[in-house]
Amino acid sequence: MLPKQEVVAMILAGGQGSRLGVLTKKLAKPAVPYGGKYRIIDFPLSNCVNSGIETVGVLTQYQPLELNEYIGSGQPWDLDSMNSGVRVLPPYQRSRKSDWYKGTANAIYQNMQYIERYSPEYVVILSGDHIYKMDYSKMVAYHKEKNADCTIAVFEVPMDEAPRFGILNTREDNSIYEFDEKPAHPKSNKASMGIYVFTWSKLKQYLENDEANPKSGNDFGHDVLPAMLTAGERMFAYPFEGYWKDVGTVESLWESNMDLLNPNVPLDLSEDTWKIYSRNPVMPPHYISKDAKVQNSLVAEGANVYGEIDFAVLFSGVYIAPGAIVRDSIIMPGTRVEEGAVVQYAIVAENSVIGKNAIVGQRPEDMENKGDWGVAVVGSDCVIPPETVVPPKAMVDAETMAEEAQKK
Amino acid sequence: MIANSVLGVIFSNMHEEKVRELTETRTMGSVPFGGRYRLIDFALSNMVNSGINKVGVITKSNYQSLMDHLGSGKAWDLSRKREGLYILPPFSSGASDHNSRLDSLASVMNFLSHSNEKYVLMTDSDYVCNIDLRQMMQAHIQSGADVTLAYHYGHIPEHFAEPISYEIDPDGMIRGALVQPKVDGACNYGLPMLLMDRELMMKLVSDCVSRNLYSFQRDFIQRNIPNYHFHGYEFKGFICSICSMNDYFESNMALMQPKVRSELFNPNRPIYTKVRDDMPTRYGLGSEVSNSLIADGCVIEGAVENCVLFRGVHIGKNSKVTNCVIMQDSMIGQNCKLDYVIMDKDVTIKDDRSLMGFQSYPVFISKGSVV
Repeated sequence: MLPKQEVVAMILAGGQGSRLGVLTKKLAKPAVPYGGKYRIIDFPLSNCVNSGIETVGVLTQYQPLELNEYIGSGQPWDLDSMNSGVRVLPPYQRSRKSDWYKGTANAIYQNMQYIERYSPEYVVILSGDHIYKMDYSKMVAYHKEKNADCTIAVFEVPMDEAPRFGILNTREDNSIYEFDEKPAHPKSNKASMGIYVFTWSKLKQYLENDEANPKSGNDFGHDVLPAMLTAGERMFAYPFEGYWKDVGTVESLWESNMDLLNPNVPLDLSEDTWKIYSRNPVMPPHYISKDAKVQNSLVAEGANVYGEIDFAVLFSGVYIAPGAIVRDSIIMPGTRVEEGAVVQYAIVAENSVIGKNAIVGQRPEDMENKGDWGVAVVGSDCVIPPETVVPPKAMVDAETMAEEAQKK
Repeated sequence: MIANSVLGVIFSNMHEEKVRELTETRTMGSVPFGGRYRLIDFALSNMVNSGINKVGVITKSNYQSLMDHLGSGKAWDLSRKREGLYILPPFSSGASDHNSRLDSLASVMNFLSHSNEKYVLMTDSDYVCNIDLRQMMQAHIQSGADVTLAYHYGHIPEHFAEPISYEIDPDGMIRGALVQPKVDGACNYGLPMLLMDRELMMKLVSDCVSRNLYSFQRDFIQRNIPNYHFHGYEFKGFICSICSMNDYFESNMALMQPKVRSELFNPNRPIYTKVRDDMPTRYGLGSEVSNSLIADGCVIEGAVENCVLFRGVHIGKNSKVTNCVIMQDSMIGQNCKLDYVIMDKDVTIKDDRSLMGFQSYPVFISKGSVV
């Protein structure tokens, strides 16, 4: 029997993240690099530790290798304590049947045994694809104060964007009376952030009912929460203010990285009292050469900059050759941009090479047809041959490059 | 040789008087270097990268910052159930409190005798290099020597601490040693790395102590050369010893050379250090940076040229910082002009200040000062 923990956090990290295309071909979405040295999962993990939650389960399913390796013992986040800490929870075989995680609720259902070991009062459900800093302990306190069965964090979005979100309609005391999934005519602008606090005894009961219902899709948003609402459980919205971004698409991932370069965006990762922890590469400080030009950028350790960068996010070990230009782009760990190459409005994944004089992406201002514009994406371990052009909105990786080479 | 049969011993406090400004509140080993390191990181990482997994760090005074830096040894993978990192502060055995190298060794005799490793590799922490110690171990076994001493062929650096030169046979055997030699030109001068049998070391240390002989170089090395097989191991790579404030400055500046960086920070033998979890460095609008080495966590809005910036340094708008070494968390305001300045940790330079040193005499600003 393990010591009781009041709160256990479960991070849903099994999603494929198909909208990130080649970036998640070999990588689970939560393991996608972000902000020069982080991976997306660093945010929920660091938030947990900073909120005093030290029992964290990470539910993995899709391409878990790199994510598992990254989390490891949990030491970078101080989550390697004796009785609690972080555990990676993949689907496993049972004596009677074995299943992949069918949905978010099913993933938690299959790991009830893990949660039960700590006999918690509350369970916090988090997702592994958002960039934000949040004190979950305040949300749990709010949950207690409201004597709620379920509390859902909400973020106020502009009214005209509300139709893209799952909207919660609430009464004056923030109690929820209706879920509106992507409403055409929204009644409120309170978007669900996918962060839930449940009273464990209640959740357990609903997970068991949900599992017994063969028609259910075993999803929190579609099945469990509506069932709780119909049954008249106490459900509350918890308003969150500050920076929050879903980085599930190429555009939003790019935007969120660029937000770090804007001093007016309220996402400060250098705050001493709320650090975002990550597994740090063992590399020397970065070097900026004599002829380099560096402005409005974020540069991580181990990078070598000999060319020109403006509005760039450079990860560890990135090399920018003399005469190369990188603007409005994200260059992930270990990638080389060779002489004369121009990278603009692009995301280049890990350990790739942009050959001499290659051109990746384009500025929207230079496009004739603005509709064709988009962020260009180069996958990991991909070699873009010299003089090649990767047009805006294109998505290439090692495989597509090889196919193209064969055609020629 | 199996590297885990080697016990590492590092002196963290040797030659502190050479850079008194930097060691006023810390040991030599915890002097910040190269943007994110402490000097001891090099000696420790070299040992760990060569497979040594038990290291004792001998320290004498001012070791708070050293303890804080080393912690449990996790950053060097030395936080282990079996072996790992041992910090050896002075132990009041009545004898002394680490006044000389032999004294220190005598006072850690218990640590030496309770270790099972066959060999001891002993070193200091006032130099910067990346050495594959496995090669030195191999050479030691092959030559069948009792003691193997590392040396470098070249001019003895000015101000070099405890200079010693060796007379070496073509087969590598050391025939003689000159302490504080008067030589013009190149010679085989000793580096602070020694490998020998652990039990023999204990015997020779006791032997010296019981005869009241306390000079390591004269009594431990020179006196024993006729009686034992001393062998030389030449290290041909890049090494710089920190023997003066000027050396400290120049050694930091040497990191701007790609060749030095690639040798010192060889990815196959990385230099480990304590992790600080800073965000990457942010360059603002109008920042102008050239030929500089910059660690994580800095915010740069001014001009920086030929500088080493440690973690968390801020350079304000319109400030121009040239030829400086600026340590952790120092804040430079707006419209400042700094040239040839070594700035210790947590210094604040208020707006509109100017500070000028000279290449041969950089200005030093001590920890926590406000200018």
